[in-house]
Amino acid sequence: MTTERSLPQRSPTRTIAWSLVVSMAASIGLGVVYALGGQPQLEGALLFFALGGIAAAFIVWGGNLLPQGPYVQERHPLTSGPAEQEEATETFEEGAETLERRRLLIRLLTGAFVALGAALVFPVRSLGERPGGSLFGTAWRRGSRVIDENDKPVRPEDLDVGGVVTVFPAGNNGSADSQTLLIKLAPGEYRPRRGRETWAVGDVVAFSKVCPHAGCPVGLYEPDTHRLFCPCHQSVFAVLDSAEPTSGPATRQLPQLPLALDADGYLVAQSDYTEPIGPGFWNRDR
Amino acid sequence: MILRTIAFFDERLGVSRFVRSSLDKVFPDHYAFLLGEIALYCFVVLIGTGIFLTFFFNASSTEVVYHGDYHPLVGATMSDAYRSTLDLSFSVRAGLVMRQVHHWAALVFIAAIVAHLCRVFFSGAFRKPRELNWMVGVTMLILAIFNGFSGYSLPDDLLSGTGLRIAFSIAESIPLIGTWIAFLVFGGEFPSHRITGRLFVTHTLIVPALLVALISVHLAMVWRQKHTQFPGDGHTEDTVEGPKLWPTYAMKSLGLFFAVAAVLCLLGGLFQINPVWLYGPYHAAQVSSPAQPDWYMGWLEGALRLFPPWEIRAFGFEIPNPFFPAVFLAGLTFLGLYAWPFLEAWATRDRAVHHLLDRPRDHPFRSALGAATLSFYAVLFFAASNDLLAKWLKVRVTTITLLFRIAVFVVPAVVFLLTHRLLRALARSGAPRFSEMSRHALRKGFRPAGPLSGGTGPSP
Repeated sequence: MTTERSLPQRSPTRTIAWSLVVSMAASIGLGVVYALGGQPQLEGALLFFALGGIAAAFIVWGGNLLPQGPYVQERHPLTSGPAEQEEATETFEEGAETLERRRLLIRLLTGAFVALGAALVFPVRSLGERPGGSLFGTAWRRGSRVIDENDKPVRPEDLDVGGVVTVFPAGNNGSADSQTLLIKLAPGEYRPRRGRETWAVGDVVAFSKVCPHAGCPVGLYEPDTHRLFCPCHQSVFAVLDSAEPTSGPATRQLPQLPLALDADGYLVAQSDYTEPIGPGFWNRDR
Repeated sequence: MILRTIAFFDERLGVSRFVRSSLDKVFPDHYAFLLGEIALYCFVVLIGTGIFLTFFFNASSTEVVYHGDYHPLVGATMSDAYRSTLDLSFSVRAGLVMRQVHHWAALVFIAAIVAHLCRVFFSGAFRKPRELNWMVGVTMLILAIFNGFSGYSLPDDLLSGTGLRIAFSIAESIPLIGTWIAFLVFGGEFPSHRITGRLFVTHTLIVPALLVALISVHLAMVWRQKHTQFPGDGHTEDTVEGPKLWPTYAMKSLGLFFAVAAVLCLLGGLFQINPVWLYGPYHAAQVSSPAQPDWYMGWLEGALRLFPPWEIRAFGFEIPNPFFPAVFLAGLTFLGLYAWPFLEAWATRDRAVHHLLDRPRDHPFRSALGAATLSFYAVLFFAASNDLLAKWLKVRVTTITLLFRIAVFVVPAVVFLLTHRLLRALARSGAPRFSEMSRHALRKGFRPAGPLSGGTGPSP
């Protein structure tokens, strides 16, 4: 033992004592901070010292002032051995044989359990509504007026070229599956797919805002390149190309909503979306 | 007094012998054995802070208008769940600290479990007779990840609401029964008013109860089988060496509990986590960008981002894209973890009981496979930030994604080869650690000669 450590008992004791004093002081401080109205950063720091002081005391105490051993203990084999295993098996089989003699009852018991299992499916069925057609349609109807988030109806002239606005069918503001993006293109930019020539009104096109990959709102639009971005998984959709996915994991175009004008010059839907919006599912194409 | 207490219980339950042998029980001392304990103590902190939070949180999706202490959101419509989270953070004294300590504890909890899993894997502690405890551990990892997700989904903020929307889509993607599963779990089409309540009861009752049960089983098995220990210092398969439970080990372990709690409180007090008031309340048509989940969901998020735009459509039915990176990959991950002890025993024909651990170099093949697997998930984890990386590096996201799609195959292969050769060189050199290896020994390890599959037994 070197001379510096001639008093090996003393320095751990002192460390422990100081740690405990720090802990006590921090606990008292915590009470004061709390009484004065609380302050998250101080509370965290004081808790650190209150708990950490005790931690230091225990660790120094356990590591320096207590018997370290190492003590050696035997490991006993875990297995009871083949003889015991056989006896356990025999005991089980003896009991099972007395049961098996009652063939009919065993079969009925099995039947009862199967029936009970089937019966227990019914409460599970109550957990949610039948999917039915709910994934196949949205709240858009023929003549649904297009409204923005503030319930205001929208006219094509309200949008600037390159502008984008999130809209809903009137009466369904905030609807998760009906959320739609209106995008104003420059005159003549609209290149409709065959059959969609009449779906844009006054250079305004409408696409579902629900990403066909995992359902996030396709929230970012870059007017210069006419591209929509999904912030969740980075799918990119080319607006001028019927919102075709050009990169990222999305596999489908954003469904397009056919638009029209009502008598007052406000945008309305010609109909609901002509295909299911949002992510794919097993029977989507049925 | 102590005698009277022991006598009281002994006369009713006959516990004296058990108490004596328990107090005398020897625990091997090694810093790597503390990882599981850290996870355990995080769980204790999670229970404590979590109980506090339940007294204030309101698991309701009823729409309310906010009139609380956080001025930027006054007048906004939000769910009562979100409002009560704001009140808990701004109006309940010590509420914010409790919430942040809870969140940090969850992050460290899962990190400690993963680190513990790595320790057990690379030291071969999962081998017979400990396969069952490995499986209990894997189950707890799954439950912990699930409870992390259900927990951060509770406040119904814009970030976590989007996460739930993705979860609904992933459920939908399951072949044949996906739509039914999604509708039954969520209680209807997304966003359903039922999901917050269901998440709450799952997060605060069902999963914690399962975890308590499994932790008890986990510890009981360690107790029964006695802890493993590293070879060397005269350690043998038939003995266990270390300090006794009472008082040395108990005091050190209690010290560790207070240390874990102290660090979690420091993190919760000084380092802001999940500031839901900045994200705003969830509205289905809004989204925050960038959107990153908690770290332990990163591998799934990354897989969703990396998987190419492929899906299967045939006969009018379809298996949508998210099924492969989310459901299939996660299933394969955990199935592989469950099966590993049995796969390895089958491949190496090693059916012996092991109480002495391997060092990673003793099984270069296993260690290299483990390192490669970890690197695979690490690449996925970083791929979950492809948009942020693109922004920082001023490169297009598509370029970054392409690089990640290559890296997810190349990196694990390189890591495998490097780890395998390095460990083989280390084992052959006989040096105690990498830094003490001669350059000659290192070069020898990379030479192709010699058996490549070190997985069949400890190298000489």
